[in-house]
Amino acid sequence: MAMQLDISDIGTRESRLGSITGYVGDLKDLATQSNCGSLKGCARCFSQSSTCLSSCALSQLAGIRDVAVVHHGPSGCSVTGTGIYAVTKQVAAKRGIINNSVYIGTDMNEEDTIFGAGDALKDIVLETYKRYKPKAIFVSSSCATGIIGEDIDSIVDDLREEIDVPIAAVHCEGFKSRIWATGFDISDHAVLSTIVQPPKQKRNTINFKNFFESARDEIIEIFKNFDVVPTFLYANATVEELSHISEALATVSICGTLGNYLGNGLEEKYGVPYIRTINPLGVVGFETWLREIGKVIHKETEVEKYIEVERTKYLPQIEEVAKELKGLKAVLGMGPGYTFEVSRVLQELGIEVLHAAAWHYDKKYDNGEVPPAMEFLLENNPNFEVSVADQQNFEVLNILNRLQPDVYLSRHPGSTVWAIKQGFPAVYVADEYMIFGYKGTLDFAHTVLDTIRNRSFEKNLAKRVKLPYTDWWYKQESGLFLENK
Amino acid sequence: MAKILDKQRYKCAMSAMSTVQAIERAIPILHSGPGCAQKLSNSSGSSGYFSPNIFPCTSINEEDVVFGGEKKLRSTIENSLKIIDADLYVVLTGCTPEIVGDTVEDVVSDFVDAKKPVIFASTPGFKGNNYKGHEWVVNSIVEQYLKPSDHKTKGLVNIWADVPYQDEFWAGNFRELEKLVAELGLIPNTIFGYKRGIENINKIPEAQFNLLVSPWVGLENVKIMEEKFGTPYLHYPTLPIGAFETSKFLRAVGEFAGVDKEKVEAIITEKEEYYYYYIERFADLFLETRVMSKKFTIVADAQYALGITKFLVNDLGLFPAKQFIVDDTPKEFRKDIEGYFKDLNYDIEADVSFITDGYKIHKEIESIDYHGYPLILGGYWEKEIAAKVNAHFLNVSWPVNERLVMNSYYVGYDGGLKLIEDIYSVVKTRFN
Repeated sequence: MAMQLDISDIGTRESRLGSITGYVGDLKDLATQSNCGSLKGCARCFSQSSTCLSSCALSQLAGIRDVAVVHHGPSGCSVTGTGIYAVTKQVAAKRGIINNSVYIGTDMNEEDTIFGAGDALKDIVLETYKRYKPKAIFVSSSCATGIIGEDIDSIVDDLREEIDVPIAAVHCEGFKSRIWATGFDISDHAVLSTIVQPPKQKRNTINFKNFFESARDEIIEIFKNFDVVPTFLYANATVEELSHISEALATVSICGTLGNYLGNGLEEKYGVPYIRTINPLGVVGFETWLREIGKVIHKETEVEKYIEVERTKYLPQIEEVAKELKGLKAVLGMGPGYTFEVSRVLQELGIEVLHAAAWHYDKKYDNGEVPPAMEFLLENNPNFEVSVADQQNFEVLNILNRLQPDVYLSRHPGSTVWAIKQGFPAVYVADEYMIFGYKGTLDFAHTVLDTIRNRSFEKNLAKRVKLPYTDWWYKQESGLFLENK
Repeated sequence: MAKILDKQRYKCAMSAMSTVQAIERAIPILHSGPGCAQKLSNSSGSSGYFSPNIFPCTSINEEDVVFGGEKKLRSTIENSLKIIDADLYVVLTGCTPEIVGDTVEDVVSDFVDAKKPVIFASTPGFKGNNYKGHEWVVNSIVEQYLKPSDHKTKGLVNIWADVPYQDEFWAGNFRELEKLVAELGLIPNTIFGYKRGIENINKIPEAQFNLLVSPWVGLENVKIMEEKFGTPYLHYPTLPIGAFETSKFLRAVGEFAGVDKEKVEAIITEKEEYYYYYIERFADLFLETRVMSKKFTIVADAQYALGITKFLVNDLGLFPAKQFIVDDTPKEFRKDIEGYFKDLNYDIEADVSFITDGYKIHKEIESIDYHGYPLILGGYWEKEIAAKVNAHFLNVSWPVNERLVMNSYYVGYDGGLKLIEDIYSVVKTRFN
């Protein structure tokens, strides 16, 4: 699908990628139905709260160094900025830099929903610019401004005459997509359409799309072996760095869901190759990914040499701990960028995957192809149960109750605690680099082992708490409320 | 009209979902976009019996914006009753259904005979902030769930204070207010926190009086209860922190409740002796620290700005520099609140500003000469300005980050000691 960088809005994942948020079945069926076009996402007649796409879009943009986000909406919408401020300060401090980005709300009130607040928004953006001299400004809509038809595109166009830094209209009406990952695409679109400049020269850099660059030092060291420098996106990245990402040798991403739009966009518009292998999680993932990078940047020999050295160091240790993990049974619930990747790693470590719940599922990525992690599993691994569960806690707990796994793995705040309340050990795969490379895989294997070896915390807690769901619910099928099955 | 929200201090009205969450076994059902709960949730103390990712939500989509979301709301309520084991279901509306005109009241009225009570509150984000949203939820409980009672229980006192979760110390503060009231021989009744819940809600109409401990939040609620149940109320604006204010508080409540004066004074004497045992032992530290300043600034909601100002002036003998109230206090309460800041020992008057623009607050702090190390108690936002002006900084008001509060509290005699501990734990990080 051709990207249109000359307009500010983009299609949702549902419309662009055929993404769905409701499904119950297994891996092979999901793939078959995706291929033959019979896969229709199910809606739910009962659902629990999940995530707003604006949180994803604007927290990505707000992490860029020294920028301003102006979120036009009631005070609940812009509250994202409060959490992001603390994270931004902490990840900047870790790196020893200062990030002065600001996140401003417009505190829209009832009168504004009737008369609009375009003039006020304009004043607020100008005042923000005057106060902080940001290097770029992102002006976002919300549900309320979207419904009343506030024309943020025209307002931003007018502001361009008065503000001499990149300024983007960012369309974040929360109701337009059930898939919060659409927000990642929205942020990428804003960066691609307003900050990234056409290439003037090739640079010895690799764009590295991630969340909070926790493995920054490690990756810089790895890439030194291949004589390239990673540019981490977006947290802590400067607007100047972003303007040059079209000049990189390649783009990689720690998460397929996160990197899809930017990676494909840079390739389509500027010919920057997007590395589309399985992700660098686990041994197979890391090596496959690294070899592809080597191929693209013509450093195959150096990559093989690096792999050889690291294998000697880590593989025996990983094999040792994998012996202890063999035969364990796991259920996992994550965004699709991780569900199928982590399923592979678990199987690599000898753990049986009983069920993988993906919060959504992209039938294809923006290049028109099936997500590589899914493709890999279909070709190499045994079939297992899959659901597309949209972070629906009641469905996950129902599944856990039915399958009684040894461990539950999840990647989203507020999800693992419910597994432990039900008595199952749980591993919170929070950091995007938790299973990165050989060392990450080793650390992860030990974390799983330690988790299942000492179950005191969850046993103590589970014994004393009552679960919020009725017995009736635990007797139903987890997909009971899916419509149009 | 829209205004710049720079370093925001409150959330929107639908954050009143946290008020519901603070009532054990009560659950909000959100008629809103899918991500409102996650945005508005507080990550501090959130995984109780219910957590925001358990909250049923209609997850409004584009189709609902065009055709209305009433059908989805109905099926969501219906199934919530089946799946989730709660005592009270509170439907809260977000921005979208309110703008497109869903008739939520009609849908909810269909559940009047449901096995558990289902009520609703209109809480679109554009209608107000979470201080107001909190009041609207309490009003809904009073107006839609509770009925007047012929029976009044002598000595039963409903205690109302500031907003759960917005006030990081809410759980501990409520418990300590209860203990203080119980010291007087009264029977405290609160609805928030550990093992309170529906049974305590049911007792509300039977109370002898309502005790509101807040500068302004909840005043609307106690007035409605006076009208509906004939319950008189005592509005005590200052959150009592430390000996001086807590003793005043006990006298005021005792007098209103008709408790014997001698009994009240005996309790106060005992409590103050206990309190001053500790103060005496640590007074050397307070006096002989090289770096402790005399002048302070609070940046907080009206509750903490007032409560802590009174404590620092009347108990610890400090001087107010400038105080900032950041909760967007409705205009009709501001004059009274300004007055409370003028009622301090030695005719000291505190200069107070009602302001929501954090940038201006920080500019003003920078312009103040504190004549020594400034003491700044505020939101997490003030960490940065405090570092810039070389202040002692303690994060007491929302947003609270980089500290963990489980059940600690600043209310009462022990609460005052706790606040001193927290302040001096910061002060002691410097020698000179």
